[in-house]
Amino acid sequence: MSAWETVIGLEVHCELKTATKLFCCCRNEFGAEPNTNVCPVCLGLPGSLPVLNEFAVELAMRIGTALNCEVRPSTFHRKNYFYPDMPKDYQISQYDEPINVGGWLELPDSSRVRIVRAHIEEDTGKTSHQGDTGRIHAADYALVDYNRAGVPLVEIVSEPDIRSSAQARRYVTELQAVLVATGASDGKMEEGSLRVDANVSVRRAGADAYGTRCEIKNLNSLRSLGRAIDHEVDRQVPLLEATGVVRQETRHWDEDAGRTIPLRSKEEAFDYRYFPEPDLVPLAPDPAWQARAAGAIGLLPAARRERLHGLLGGAPAAQQVDQVHVVVGQGLDDLVVAAAAQGAPAELALVRAANELAADLDAARALDPAAFGALVVMETRGALTATQAKAVLRELMSAGGGDPAAIAAEKGFEALSEGTLAAAVREAVDANPDEWARYCGGEDKLAGFFTGLVMRATGGKADGKAIAAELRRLRG
Amino acid sequence: MSPESALAIAGAVRRGERTARSVTDAALEAIAGRDPELHAFLHVAADEARTAADAVDRAVAAGRDPGPLAGVPIALKDNLCTRGIPTTCASRILEGWRPPYDATVVGRLRAAGAVVVGKTNLDEFAMGSSTENSCAGPTRHPMDPTRVPGGSSGGSAAAVGAGLVPLALGSDTGGSVRQPAALCGTVGMKPTYGLVSRYGLVAFASSLDQIGPFARSVADAAALLEVIAGHDPLDSTSIDRPAPEIGRSLDAGVDGLRVGVVAELLDDTAPDVARRVREAAEDLARSGAQVEDLSMPEMRFGLSAYYLIAPAEASSNLSRYDGVRYGLRVDGPDVAAMNTATRTAGFGPEVKRRIMLGTYALSAGYYDAYYGKAQRVRTLIIRAFDRAYERVDVLLGATAPTTAFPIGERTADPLAMYMSDVCTIPSNLSGHPAISVPFGAGDDGLPVGVQVLAPALCEGRMFQVAAELERAAARRAADGERGT
Repeated sequence: MSAWETVIGLEVHCELKTATKLFCCCRNEFGAEPNTNVCPVCLGLPGSLPVLNEFAVELAMRIGTALNCEVRPSTFHRKNYFYPDMPKDYQISQYDEPINVGGWLELPDSSRVRIVRAHIEEDTGKTSHQGDTGRIHAADYALVDYNRAGVPLVEIVSEPDIRSSAQARRYVTELQAVLVATGASDGKMEEGSLRVDANVSVRRAGADAYGTRCEIKNLNSLRSLGRAIDHEVDRQVPLLEATGVVRQETRHWDEDAGRTIPLRSKEEAFDYRYFPEPDLVPLAPDPAWQARAAGAIGLLPAARRERLHGLLGGAPAAQQVDQVHVVVGQGLDDLVVAAAAQGAPAELALVRAANELAADLDAARALDPAAFGALVVMETRGALTATQAKAVLRELMSAGGGDPAAIAAEKGFEALSEGTLAAAVREAVDANPDEWARYCGGEDKLAGFFTGLVMRATGGKADGKAIAAELRRLRG
Repeated sequence: MSPESALAIAGAVRRGERTARSVTDAALEAIAGRDPELHAFLHVAADEARTAADAVDRAVAAGRDPGPLAGVPIALKDNLCTRGIPTTCASRILEGWRPPYDATVVGRLRAAGAVVVGKTNLDEFAMGSSTENSCAGPTRHPMDPTRVPGGSSGGSAAAVGAGLVPLALGSDTGGSVRQPAALCGTVGMKPTYGLVSRYGLVAFASSLDQIGPFARSVADAAALLEVIAGHDPLDSTSIDRPAPEIGRSLDAGVDGLRVGVVAELLDDTAPDVARRVREAAEDLARSGAQVEDLSMPEMRFGLSAYYLIAPAEASSNLSRYDGVRYGLRVDGPDVAAMNTATRTAGFGPEVKRRIMLGTYALSAGYYDAYYGKAQRVRTLIIRAFDRAYERVDVLLGATAPTTAFPIGERTADPLAMYMSDVCTIPSNLSGHPAISVPFGAGDDGLPVGVQVLAPALCEGRMFQVAAELERAAARRAADGERGT
């Protein structure tokens, strides 16, 4: 047993899926031309004033409710520090009176991570360093894009209840599923919709007191999160064993180098000079509004997974459990449920959702459930091969829906009748007696040889599985 | 001959008796003649003014309603954002900046037919009481060029006081409209906090700032307030209810109104100023008001609380002038050095002093002792006002402790300068409205202002008393001329 125990607390910044920014009417969208979604307010021009986005408050309340927090009257503060991508050189955030306090999140492994708070704040712009290598220290100059400045965030702060990098990844995965299920976030870590800071310390197994923690920033994927925590533990343990001391500091995760590097020590920490934001009034959502927010949450991930398992029936295979996690985590489970309701087998709908739909979330989330259901039904009936079904699904996703039968007909995807398939297999077998003999003698890999011939003969319209079945039948 | 009132001009323009263009040209000519000496203006927007005036004249000609302030020239303190017109706050750091948008009040003025003729001088970022802290140099008093016009809205006060324009807007964070109005012999008022939108007013101390009118008469000030007041969805602190009726009650008199003369707004003022306030109280009593003396000891802590709260908010509000996005930039080897070089070169000494004061007051470990305590004092002052308004309808006191003082007299002693606002600061801390009305002169012959204070959103009652004081002052002036 290890002599050291890892202690982790996570701060997750979640960009809210609102149409507009937190304090102005500029669009909240990812990937627009730099500095096109800006106005006097989010540029912090002299004389401009913030006006709070009601829907951002509603989404924050949904998050708090889903995380079992107490939703409270709250206030905004200014967090003062100079940074070029922060237009006002202060961030409007919630400080000592956040909207959500004291909840928990239960992970699929039944462990519980307590939530300290989940508060509202505004995002900053993005600085890109130009010239030479693109790295800060070698840059000639920097460009700032303020499109992200003022985008609404909810920062979810956990207690230091997490004990391993694997649990940290499970926590973020489950939290992401909650944020997607409540409609608060699109959950896209790769676009920065979820950003994680990890507070990591180690202590002797069995000790009561926490060790000195380091805060690790710039964790933009689950992989980074896991690697950074493991690296940090591997850094701290030998330090403690050799010197007994870890310096409290903020560290930056360098993904390429695979290590954390110091940013600033506790002594160098900013004095943010928090004080109540005088341009905003206290926020006190009335019970009716809170109830509306709570009512808009719908099913949470655990219930959604249970619903899929119910549709699958019996004890699901390990692969299916993973597929259920992916599909629920990405908010695609409603499509599977809808397909099942149209008569499609949940198993196949799940496979298509976990693979083809999850590969293009924006298109999948906009897809008409009826079209998806109809497609899975066609594939199940054998009217389309797997390859053909995927091709039709791509069309459906790019159009947001449509009639899969019409698309299949347009593409010339007519599934072969059983007779045609059997005839084609027979023909291939008769033309290659030697190979057939070896196949019958136990060389199973020759099935691929025959499948290729049949595919060529049918112009790719045959279903691979059906050919294999016919070959096995003939071999007897 | 006294210059024309804003209401008279608007009436003549609306009836087609005069063109807005002719009124505007006359104002621009007056500015060209007098401003080289006064230095009330930082920027005269002659072309834009003539264009706006012509639009008013076209509206009149076409039979459309040109608005209640049709053709009235107005000057704006240069901390109000004007689209495409320089807005500098009298600071080097905003050199060359032209806002891409109009402040809400500016939009309302344009819609009301008023003609913006230019931007007026101020203490840098409205920090000061004499208009000497301007990067462009001081404004001079319209009646005595060796004296200050007060501040920080000294340019607006001097422009109206000198008769260059009938109306102007200023901003009042600790008395910056009322004090210069008193010193220059004009009417000046600070509305209830939240009555007038702050959107487009470059922030000094956000919880105290209010935009307020300057005029030569109480009726003109009321007309201007009615145009700029009212809810604005762009300002979260804007009060979401209909603006109070103001102008209707001007002739109602003060019979039966209860007036409290506040000891703390008299005791520290010069004897000649205190005498005028006493006379004003007597005149109100003669007109039927029930006048009593009262004391609000909490007011004595107002100045100290103000000089923690206002600099604290200012230190945050002025952070954005960092050289990154607009205004002055002084280059440096890295961003932090550029920020420092820009701010060192761009801000004047008083602004730097307040940024340092405010930064200190908000620092970890000092917050409770300074900012926190100042906020608690603020609460005590609000309660003191609430108690006073259980007994009386309005309060009366001096606006400024002295008449206009010589240029340079207080610049070396910030605390002496800060004392200029001792009578006006309590209303900013409480958020209540207050108005300064000219009431005779001091021993030096320079104007004295008497201040009327009222409960939140009781501007109507306040103007009612102000109008009575205006009539009383006119009677006294007439009696004086007749030698009685």
